[in-house]
Amino acid sequence: MSSETKQILTTDGIPLEVSLKKAEKKNKIKAFLLVAPLLLFLVITYIFPIGDMFMRSVDDRMVTNMLPKTFKAMEKWENLDELPPEEVYQGFYEDYKLLAENQQHGKLGQRLNKEKNGFNTITKKLFRQIKRKKIDESASLKEQINKLHKRWRDVEYWQAIKRTAPPYTASKYLKGMDMYFAADGSIAQVDEDRRIHRILWLRTLEIAFFVTLFCFFMGYPIAHLLATLPMKYSNLLMICVLLPFWTSLLVRTASWMILLQQQGIVNDFFVMIGLVADDNRPEMMYNKVGTYVAMTQILLPFMVLPLYSVMKTISPSLMRAGKSLGGTPFVAFWKVYFPLTIPGIGAGCLLVFILAIGYYITPALVGGASGTLISNQIAFHMKTTLDWSFASAMGLMLLTGVLVIYWIYNKLVGVDNIKLG
Amino acid sequence: MALPSYTETRYRIWHYIYIAICTFVFFFLIAPLFVIFPLSFNAEEFLVFSEGMKNLDPDAFSLRWYKDMIYGTKNPWGLAAKNSFIIAIFATIGSIILGTLAALGLSSRHMPYKGLIMATLISPMIVPLIISGVAIFFFMAKAGLAATHTGIVLAHIILGTPFVVITVTATLSGFDHSVTRAAASLGSNPVNTFMKITLPLILPGVISGGLFAFVTSFDEVVVVLFLAGLENTTIPIQMWTGLREQLSPTILAVATCLILLSTLILVTAELLRRRSERLRGINR
Repeated sequence: MSSETKQILTTDGIPLEVSLKKAEKKNKIKAFLLVAPLLLFLVITYIFPIGDMFMRSVDDRMVTNMLPKTFKAMEKWENLDELPPEEVYQGFYEDYKLLAENQQHGKLGQRLNKEKNGFNTITKKLFRQIKRKKIDESASLKEQINKLHKRWRDVEYWQAIKRTAPPYTASKYLKGMDMYFAADGSIAQVDEDRRIHRILWLRTLEIAFFVTLFCFFMGYPIAHLLATLPMKYSNLLMICVLLPFWTSLLVRTASWMILLQQQGIVNDFFVMIGLVADDNRPEMMYNKVGTYVAMTQILLPFMVLPLYSVMKTISPSLMRAGKSLGGTPFVAFWKVYFPLTIPGIGAGCLLVFILAIGYYITPALVGGASGTLISNQIAFHMKTTLDWSFASAMGLMLLTGVLVIYWIYNKLVGVDNIKLG
Repeated sequence: MALPSYTETRYRIWHYIYIAICTFVFFFLIAPLFVIFPLSFNAEEFLVFSEGMKNLDPDAFSLRWYKDMIYGTKNPWGLAAKNSFIIAIFATIGSIILGTLAALGLSSRHMPYKGLIMATLISPMIVPLIISGVAIFFFMAKAGLAATHTGIVLAHIILGTPFVVITVTATLSGFDHSVTRAAASLGSNPVNTFMKITLPLILPGVISGGLFAFVTSFDEVVVVLFLAGLENTTIPIQMWTGLREQLSPTILAVATCLILLSTLILVTAELLRRRSERLRGINR
């Protein structure tokens, strides 16, 4: 029984299998064309720019482009513990003269100064000599340059130039972790009292973790109450969760600023019940306390809503069955109800954690110096220091962390299962 | 939640503790919003309840800050409100169109690489706003769209579409595809089928996604802070500036208006959700 004799044909005489495949392909293209506009839009305006952030964060072509002849000549520099040969001096002099003519020499000096302290002084010295035409181009440039300053005779400065040769660098990422490339190219730690970024990363994790924990302990009971109350009451109480959810973030932050100020209502209340003295009101804003309180209230709905949608599907008869089989209410809750809510817990906690780890507005307003997070540092470098490549590097480090959590979230819950409202 | 009469004392106590915890959490969630209300009617300039207000003295209340918000000299709120509404409306329209189309494609069982594409389309919701802000700023600066309304609208479409994709995909999951086939077999072309059959059925999902997109745009401050120039100031930017410099009662008047607006949106979203639940109930 061969398959050919059994082949079913459509009315056009084409085998059914082929015809079906054709239709399938057509449907695939149709479905894809519907998604294509948004996908294309996002790829151009969003995904590529994130790639652009990466390019900026590792880009170090400035010096490479400024000193082409130097780096070409440096290929002949074999013994790196000795001063480079005449050709390197020749190349560097020509490159630098060109930069000086185009008024670009200052940038190079500053960049090299970052690589090795004291560079700016000696390049300026060279610049003045070139300007006064004191350098004799027919004589040995190595001797003349070495005579300008003792640092030019120090091989470490030439090694520093060589280190800037590769067009890409990971130094911004190291800086984000309070490390740097030492003179010999190895990775070194920043002095202990200057390790600001590591503190920020740890603080960001700590605040995100505790906010998630607070949200869980506050969100679980009310989600349970909302899911077990009769409809007409739970709908009313649901407003308490949904109204903050829909209200502007800035409005909610503003209300916390009013509540937590020194003459604010929370302090008034503490004074009234005698917890603190009137003349010794604690500062509750512009520190970690403010960040914790405000972020917990702002992110709480994101915990309650996924928990609620899971708890809603748990039949109350399960708890009754647990109790009737001899469990106390606590045992019935712990052994029956709680395990069933774990998907909701996972969804809520990861959602809150992801949102908290990248929080910017609220910490910036109520956090003060001790309550700011890594996002605030990124914004600071974007707007104030204008070190965009460093901001990009820190942003991507944060993004990597978030994507790992997102991946776990996807494995545990599935992105398609995100529920809103 | 009445307890059965046979409940033991310790569970009775536990039950009251539980109710107390819940009351506290609900209070914690909602009370901060209600502080803004009375203070925005404060006759004085301070952001604390004056003695007069505590005694409910009518003279202690005034509409002064609302007048300042609307008529105040050099006040930025008029321009900010206009910009906010224009940007949010266009961003919502853009998000709805792109998001609904994508959701239709994603719900088709023929869609290739569904998981990967879904993850890409949702990513602006997951990536921290500060990173989105930096990336979008780099793009808009290169495209010459920084400090333009167009740039901000495009940025908000990026941030708003995930919500539309999610809500419309959810609505389509309960969608009975035989009705569109029925329409096609009765001679309707695809566009007509979509407008007359599919769209009315998924409309609750589309509108609630649109509401999310609207609120996202209307409330968005991180990305706008990177993109906006003086001309493109929005309500959130003005609030941000105000809160950073000095908390003035005028901000509270604006905040009160925003709370009223969000109440309106909440009611609409709730009505839509119930309607869509009813519709899906019928489908089953």
